[in-house]
Amino acid sequence: MTSSSPLVVADNLTRFYTVKSGAFSKPSVVRALAGASFTLEAGKTLAVVGESGCGKSTLARVVTMIESPTSGTLTIDGKTITPDDSSARAALRSSVQIVFQDPYGSLNPRQKIGRILEEPLVINRPSMSAEEREAKARDMLRLVGLRPEHYSRFPHMFSGGQRQRIAIARALMLEPRVLVLDEPVSALDLSIQSQILNLLVDLQDQFNLAYLFISHDLSVVKHMADDVMVMYLGQPVETGSRDAVFERAWHPYTRVLLSATPVADPTHQKDRIVLTGELPSPIDPPSGCAFHPRCWKADSRCQQTAPLLQSAELPAQPISQPSAPPEAGALNHYLACHHPEK
Amino acid sequence: MALLEVVGLTVEFKTANGQFRAVDAIDLTVDTGDIVAIVGESGSGKSVSMLALMGLLPWTATITAERMVFNGHNLAGLSARERRTIIGRDMAMIFQEPMSSLNPCFTVGFQIRESLKTHLNLSRRERQHRAVELLDQVGLPEPEKRLAAFPHQLSGGMNQRVMIAMAIACQPKLLIADEPTTALDVTIQAQILELLVELQRNSDMALVLITHDMGVVAETAQRVSVQYAGQKVEEQPVLPLFDAPAHPYTSALLAALPERSSGRHLASIAGVVPGQFDRPAGCLFSPRCEHVQPLCHEQVPSQTQRDGASVLCHFPLDRQGRPTHARQDHDSQNQNQNSQTDVNQINGGMQ
Ligand SMILES: Nc1ncnc2c1ncn2[C@@H]1O[C@H](COP(=O)(O)OP(=O)(O)OP(=O)(O)O)[C@@H](O)[C@H]1O
Ligand SMILES: Nc1ncnc2c1ncn2[C@@H]1O[C@H](COP(=O)(O)OP(=O)(O)OP(=O)(O)O)[C@@H](O)[C@H]1O
Ligand code: SF4
Ligand SMILES: [Mg+2]
Ligand SMILES: [Mg+2]
Repeated sequence: MTSSSPLVVADNLTRFYTVKSGAFSKPSVVRALAGASFTLEAGKTLAVVGESGCGKSTLARVVTMIESPTSGTLTIDGKTITPDDSSARAALRSSVQIVFQDPYGSLNPRQKIGRILEEPLVINRPSMSAEEREAKARDMLRLVGLRPEHYSRFPHMFSGGQRQRIAIARALMLEPRVLVLDEPVSALDLSIQSQILNLLVDLQDQFNLAYLFISHDLSVVKHMADDVMVMYLGQPVETGSRDAVFERAWHPYTRVLLSATPVADPTHQKDRIVLTGELPSPIDPPSGCAFHPRCWKADSRCQQTAPLLQSAELPAQPISQPSAPPEAGALNHYLACHHPEK
Repeated sequence: MALLEVVGLTVEFKTANGQFRAVDAIDLTVDTGDIVAIVGESGSGKSVSMLALMGLLPWTATITAERMVFNGHNLAGLSARERRTIIGRDMAMIFQEPMSSLNPCFTVGFQIRESLKTHLNLSRRERQHRAVELLDQVGLPEPEKRLAAFPHQLSGGMNQRVMIAMAIACQPKLLIADEPTTALDVTIQAQILELLVELQRNSDMALVLITHDMGVVAETAQRVSVQYAGQKVEEQPVLPLFDAPAHPYTSALLAALPERSSGRHLASIAGVVPGQFDRPAGCLFSPRCEHVQPLCHEQVPSQTQRDGASVLCHFPLDRQGRPTHARQDHDSQNQNQNSQTDVNQINGGMQ
């Protein structure tokens, strides 16, 4: 076995936004992404879960290089992108592509499918001839389970599931190595959801694609993920293999998420942890551990000191250097909590 | 007498391309204290059928029904005055799109107090007090402060909860909740479902819950009605529905749940729901059904019973998930095997 180096390494990525709430108030800073570190290997899926507003889409935009990080570094395929370096970004942009949740909003209604698929080639592969582009677009339609004659139709002629296939086809036109999937099946019916998830599994196998898979549906995550990152208020609070997170969740917040997720089995005995309070604002995050105002284990230490993300098995070893991660598999279980629910 | 009894509800829309039947002869009976879930693919007529009951469809809709009775009142023949006292008070609805049903020009407090004013005889102070209590019940932090907010100043999830507060404001006998928790995080969803079930338990409110989330169905509903392309294809109590679905569509839907997959691939249903122009003859599910028989393409199935399940299918599945026609073949084989065992036993006995 060859020990492959990770395709994507994120080291303490942040993304802040400045917002003004009124003409005379001074601008405030939204800490949408407040320091995320992770690695992602070719052919693997890292799922990102967490409440609405915890920074999942912000992370997606930073990894896709639609936005640059406020601080931290992103290394893709061995090339490092820093906040103020746009040349590396341009070179890497086609290796990471994104698919959004909304199959209606993400396609231009006035463009035919062929045009939609070819646009990335027109921009990024100017030397390609029109014939080559069309051939590639038609191939891609077949690959995602559509028919070549769909080439000259408009998006409104397609169902939600078909539009999501088109969005996936478009994302694959530049032969990326990483696909960022931001809630790719949330708008779809169960029967269509499974068609799309199967397609994603097949494409991953065929092209050894790495997926950053964002979803709020834990049953979908459990099915798709190799690794899982649980985020709270812009930061990962627990990361690990799928089994570690689903079977041995140690962070109180992960426990809450798992216990709140309804199980599609009426005989299942629910044992629910009910949380009070809302996700706090990333403009004014709580002191110490961001989860402490809602946590039943919180004490004065939690109020004062932010816990570091550290190995669950070997406490006392913060991963300050995730760019030199332990061997694959050993990265398994990290959490940021003073009082893990072991 | 049932609280709500609907028989043969049909809704047709006038469209540029002719009449479109969005709801096709649906039956629904709800008793006091029931929790009935309605599930089904997008566009299967779940919202339209409930909006028809509430009298909230546009003029382009033609509604017909053999029976449509709520709490002794014929919903089809309500006077304007009766309508005001029943709809919104005894029978209330949480709408699928919260933003379109809240008025952006008024604070949420004003809107909640207005609905209390229309339906209940409360003083100003009582109304304010009740409004605070309601927002607290739906889990909005700092309710007094939120009452002064306009809808655009709240998040989608918060507006959704304001809608819920308005719907339960007058302690309805029947609450129709159309995807009440879809926009909410699981942590808040758990809180809201708990609240709805509590209302049902403590004040005997009946709840019709429209949802696409089979987890929510499993945890909340007592009875489930499954819709496909405007028709009700199956209805059963929740336990047998998950354990032994009778309609091939229900069975395929449950098989597509990621929780039920064993390998890298999920079971899926090929094809899509028929639209206005490609409705097949015979059974509407026939183009996608894995148990389809020649009869299914020719003849429209009628509602039949299978121990406790009502099902719209020529060949309902038995408790082992086999279609009726296969069971007939199988049973005759079984009989052969049985008689063979008998012979063996007899032989054995003789030795
Ligand atoms: N361009 C922006 N300007 C200001 N604030 C922003 C901007 N984009 C996002 N935010 C804020 O950053 C936080 C994280 O947003 P983000 O969209 O990443 O969350 P999310 O986890 O994707 O949520 P959801 O599950 O609802 O999609 C939120 O508080 C959001 O309001
Ligand atoms: N005002 C209208 N005019 C014409 N057709 C309509 C109208 N309202 C709804 N429809 C159609 O009626 C059908 C049923 O719609 P309905 O909203 O009841 O579906 P649903 O089961 O609630 O779906 P979803 O799960 O997406 O909410 C759809 O095909 C829809 O396009
Ligand atoms: S660190 Fe403290 S407050 Fe934070 S999750 Fe752990 S126990 Fe709770
Ligand atoms: Mg998002
Ligand atoms: Mg609906």
